[in-house]
Amino acid sequence: MINKKDVEHVALLGRLELNEAEKEIYTQQLNDILKYAETLQSLDTADIAPTAHVLPIKNVFREDLVGQHLSNKQVLANAPDTEGNFIKVPKISSQ
Amino acid sequence: MSLHQMTIYELHTLLTKKEVSSEEITKSVYKHIEQVETKIKAYITLTKAQALETAQVVDKKIANGEKIAPLSGIPVAIKDNICTKGVQTTCASKILANFVPPYSATVIRKLATQGAIMVGKTNLDEFAMGSSTENSSFHVTSNPWDLTRVPGGSSGGSAAAVAADECIAALGSDTGGSIRQPAALCGMVGMKPTYGEVSRYGLIAFASSLDQIGPFTKDVTDCALMLNAICGHDRLDSTSVQRERRDYTQYLKNDVRGLKIGIPKEYLTQDLDSAVRKIIEEAIDKFTKLGAEVEETSLAYTEYALPTYYLIAPAEASSNLARYEGVRYGYRDMEASDVQDMFVKSRSTGFGDEVKRRIMLGTYVLSSGYYDAYYLKALKVRTLIKQDFDQNFQKYDLLLSPVTPTPAFKFGVKAANPVQMYLQDIFTLAINLAGIPGMTIPAGFANGLPVGLQLLGKHFDEGRLLQAAYTFEQNTEFHRRRPVIN
Repeated sequence: MINKKDVEHVALLGRLELNEAEKEIYTQQLNDILKYAETLQSLDTADIAPTAHVLPIKNVFREDLVGQHLSNKQVLANAPDTEGNFIKVPKISSQ
Repeated sequence: MSLHQMTIYELHTLLTKKEVSSEEITKSVYKHIEQVETKIKAYITLTKAQALETAQVVDKKIANGEKIAPLSGIPVAIKDNICTKGVQTTCASKILANFVPPYSATVIRKLATQGAIMVGKTNLDEFAMGSSTENSSFHVTSNPWDLTRVPGGSSGGSAAAVAADECIAALGSDTGGSIRQPAALCGMVGMKPTYGEVSRYGLIAFASSLDQIGPFTKDVTDCALMLNAICGHDRLDSTSVQRERRDYTQYLKNDVRGLKIGIPKEYLTQDLDSAVRKIIEEAIDKFTKLGAEVEETSLAYTEYALPTYYLIAPAEASSNLARYEGVRYGYRDMEASDVQDMFVKSRSTGFGDEVKRRIMLGTYVLSSGYYDAYYLKALKVRTLIKQDFDQNFQKYDLLLSPVTPTPAFKFGVKAANPVQMYLQDIFTLAINLAGIPGMTIPAGFANGLPVGLQLLGKHFDEGRLLQAAYTFEQNTEFHRRRPVIN
């Protein structure tokens, strides 16, 4: 069972801020969903390999050639704040 | 019949005979949009000026006697999680409300090469997370068959746009049923191709091992034409597969004699609406009468597909959505005191409820101490689910099932309970876990609402799906019915 403290910890990991009402409802809803997930525990998977990808593709290589790339201007066009050729953010450290 | 009501191949014939121009077709579509869009709300963005320009280019080519591609001059709608250079691509999220991609997805470049015309960008559940399009941050989309009901989701805008004749065909994306479920609820043809058949480059990632782009069309022939246009290896997507190029229209044959079709019994017992069951049973009879060998089979791990999916998809989503932090693009809270505060505030304001829930769930199952019990366990069960399909395809050419447990539901009835909403996808999401192709075609009507059937094949067997679907379509009339919008 997930409790409110777990929800607060996971929110911190996911960089989300939740109000009290959201914490309550997510605690309940995540428990509902995880209760479904419990059904998987009844399956014996000791000798089963995990599938992360369905196709047997491995090590996709290509020639290391210079291609066409976006200009600085294009790359920066969607940034919320810029200065010169840089993206601007608030201070990193509060010290 | 008006131009906007026609299919790709009908319009292509008219264009090559010079009986109509692409400009006329395009104008007919936009005129119709003006009449019905206030009721349907399928689109987030319309690209009329650009569309008319492209139409004129195509018309000039035709006038010069040049040969045109099957999609030349054909108005197509694009789900708004597929990047379109210079045209806002929002994922129906506040966090990407102002995002203008500096590049186009490979599928967009392929459509442009054919001379297809983009009508606009269609509505979806935020970041494709949902089954009703009610999770859009901008507006809800109505089902053209009954405006009080959802069009399905997450590609609800694309499905509704095709059903309401607000475009000739559309592209969507399918992570757990997001093409097949709305196609079924809107009475259209929809295909989720094999994982790796269509490049995902430029599709904004939800769950990368499950996501696949595919078409919505008015009939099976158009589905083959759209698939021809978008499939193929792409060096920009390392999970796209190198294969010999096929012309999918060669499979449009009216013949299922000797075809072995399996009916997974687990798909006919779970909470299936009685009207839907009747329609599926009639479809099975139809295939039998047409000469297919139909037999009951079993997909024993069916009940585990939903929990497996709802561990794997949110895990991948939580990782993919970590990139939205307000630095390089997307929404930023400008009042934040430092950079950590900016990440948290930008994400908390920018993401909607369902997206936050899945980030929370995914982060939890990947977090230290829970990884093995949830995520790794799910990946192992995924192997069992995939083997289940592999074994069935040693015996059967295709599997046939319902697409959804019920026809389209009313707004709001499932919105409060996430698990209830997730159950909408109970017949579709195992297909993404196995990576196989799945296709929806209209199979009947229950109280005036369309009901679809789903055909499943082994990896890269889209051709056989198309042939079975085409045969069913040639021997039924369901695909000819159109909604009356009022």
